[in-house]
Amino acid sequence: MTLTSQPTTERSRPGDHILALRGVGKKFGAIQALTDIELDVHAGEVVAIVGDNGAGKSTLVKILAGVHPPDGGTIEFHGNKVAIASPADSKQLGIATVFQDLALCDNLDVVANLWLGRELTHNASLDEVEMEKRSWTLLRELSAKIPSVRTPIASLSGGQRQTVAIARSLIGEPSVVILDEPTAALGVAQTAEVLNLIERLRERGLGVVLISHNIADVQAVADRVVVLRLGRNNGDFRVADVSSETIIAAITGATDNAVTRRAAHKTASTSIVTEASE
Amino acid sequence: MSDTKSSAADVAQDATASTVATDLQDERLIHNAGAGGAVRAFFTRVRGGDLGTLPVIIGLVVIWAVFQLLNPNFLSSTNLVNLTLQCAAVGTISIGIVLVLLLGEIDLSVGSVSGLGAAILAVTFVQQGWNPIFSILLALAVGVAIGLLYGFLYTRFGVPSFVITLAGLLGFLGLQLWVLGPTGSINIPFDSFLVQFAQQWFLPAWVSYLLIVLFVAVYAWQLVSQARRRTAAGLSAMPAGSIIVRAVVLLLLLGAAAWYLNLTRGVGAMFVFFLALVLIFNYALTRTRWGRAVFAVGGNVEAARRSGIRVNRIYMSVFVLCSTLAIVGGLLAASRLAAANQGSGGGDINLNAIAAAVIGGTSLFGGRGSAFSALLGILVIQSISSGLTLLNLDSSVRYMITGVVLLLAVIVDSLSRRSRRAAGRA
Ligand SMILES: Nc1ncnc2c1ncn2[C@@H]1O[C@H](COP(=O)(O)OP(=O)(O)O)[C@@H](O)[C@H]1O
Ligand SMILES: [Mg+2]
Repeated sequence: MTLTSQPTTERSRPGDHILALRGVGKKFGAIQALTDIELDVHAGEVVAIVGDNGAGKSTLVKILAGVHPPDGGTIEFHGNKVAIASPADSKQLGIATVFQDLALCDNLDVVANLWLGRELTHNASLDEVEMEKRSWTLLRELSAKIPSVRTPIASLSGGQRQTVAIARSLIGEPSVVILDEPTAALGVAQTAEVLNLIERLRERGLGVVLISHNIADVQAVADRVVVLRLGRNNGDFRVADVSSETIIAAITGATDNAVTRRAAHKTASTSIVTEASE
Repeated sequence: MSDTKSSAADVAQDATASTVATDLQDERLIHNAGAGGAVRAFFTRVRGGDLGTLPVIIGLVVIWAVFQLLNPNFLSSTNLVNLTLQCAAVGTISIGIVLVLLLGEIDLSVGSVSGLGAAILAVTFVQQGWNPIFSILLALAVGVAIGLLYGFLYTRFGVPSFVITLAGLLGFLGLQLWVLGPTGSINIPFDSFLVQFAQQWFLPAWVSYLLIVLFVAVYAWQLVSQARRRTAAGLSAMPAGSIIVRAVVLLLLLGAAAWYLNLTRGVGAMFVFFLALVLIFNYALTRTRWGRAVFAVGGNVEAARRSGIRVNRIYMSVFVLCSTLAIVGGLLAASRLAAANQGSGGGDINLNAIAAAVIGGTSLFGGRGSAFSALLGILVIQSISSGLTLLNLDSSVRYMITGVVLLLAVIVDSLSRRSRRAAGRA
């Protein structure tokens, strides 16, 4: 499916190693917000990043989104070393970020918000018909529950707004989608709606980075969970093999348990890296 | 589709995925089919605070009815022809105000800038003997420069537009007086095409009808081709019946108005010029990427910036258009008066231009409004002014009544914003 008028860039195949961060750090004045961070994202995989307040999750998101340049370390995208110096660079690479404040225009309808900044035109005027048609196609593929795409954004529920924000990020055909606390402000049903949507993203073969506070959400949709603590990696688990107690222990710093698992995982993840680079 | 019998429930139940347009498939949608449905949808929208042009149209009808009762000459063809001519200059300025209000900004200097335009025209054309075309181009260039200055100050230093343009109000009034020099008042020759255009040129009756037919034909054709494309795309489309009804109603309304004006002098060239500007800006605002960006910036600057809209360019373009339209309005006013003087652009022009945009339904809070606000708002203001003149009431009463109407418009704006919030459409 091509959502934009540009030719679709090559889609990554499931399991492709899309994103690899090695030794990434970030300092704000006297605060070392991130130290020596490693992160791997594969196509068709949901990676959750969890951590206490101030652990550095948002800072990591901002580095990937091109809001802050990192101080050191390397970022590889599809195996190539890249520099993400600006939000435009990030978008260009195929990284789509949905920030916590969704940044939607309340006075515009769903179609206008989805296509904002890259509207389709027909004879030099807006091609409302084509945009509406493709909006429906996209929302249908995401099984999104939006009753009408011609109502102003303000009349939608929190979950529907989140859905629109996520759907909008897909219009540029990204290969990685980063979601910063997408369920933080949502009720039970709306959270389920957004989690479903995250599953759809995985089915589309996207790499998904999910920032969350909520262990239950993470266990519901994530394949891997990466724990940050005080700006450092403090565990990288397969969700299937880990209990919520272990994750919480890693978040809060009862590290005896986590460290062993982390060490165990390190060898495993190194082998994945070698596999992918072969 | 146009039968009124089928209730919403029936439509929803008959709906199967294969027969219902893509955009009508959600079971929660309340289907408003047929004429009754259109009326229901309209009331839902109004209750939700989406008033659009409704209050101003009601206001206009009330004002016309009251003045007609007080003075039977008010709705005479002669008076209405005058009314249309009085609307053009300030209405043109008001289009620019609509644009800045859509961004949630304001331009308080449009009166001074229009006066400066009039002064430049008169001095270069009459005193220096320039070809009037060059005088007009110079005045327009000055308008562009003023807008660029405002845009630069706003985007570079983040000074509120309120303050920048307040400084501009004083500064450009001073410049106007300086340009006019000691003469103070300059008459523009009656035989110049500018004065002819503003005072003497009226469309021949047949031309006015031809224009109306062409306009309605284009309008109907747009609706038809849009309906076809929507059907082809599997979306719901406006039924042919609705299109015909709309086109016929529009044709009759415009035709009747032209016929009534044609009973005396007819449709003035300057008024047609103003209408054309309204239509052009309506197109630009609703059908182009630039217009979409203007609404987006007015609704949520940060969202607009993050979606890659070059926000500063949008601010720049709007300030430039607003100042340039103010100059155009000043040129029209000078042509109609056949003079430019120290009072050009002064008095109530500034506030009438701003009040017209707000009375016409453009929100002071940004992101909501239409180019038609300028037309409807200025009709209200000039109707009040014309009616009070017929009643031999002086400007003291006119100022007070216009003030009250403006206050009402702002209250309507604030209330509808509140009910939009309550209805989740803020
Ligand atoms: N722009 C900034 N300037 C200075 N310090 C910052 C900035 N952004 C984040 N920090 C600091 O970096 C640390 C990590 O913050 P953040 O990434 O927002 O954590 P999280 O999102 O995990 O709660 C915090 O100590 C925070 O105060
Ligand atoms: Mg955060």
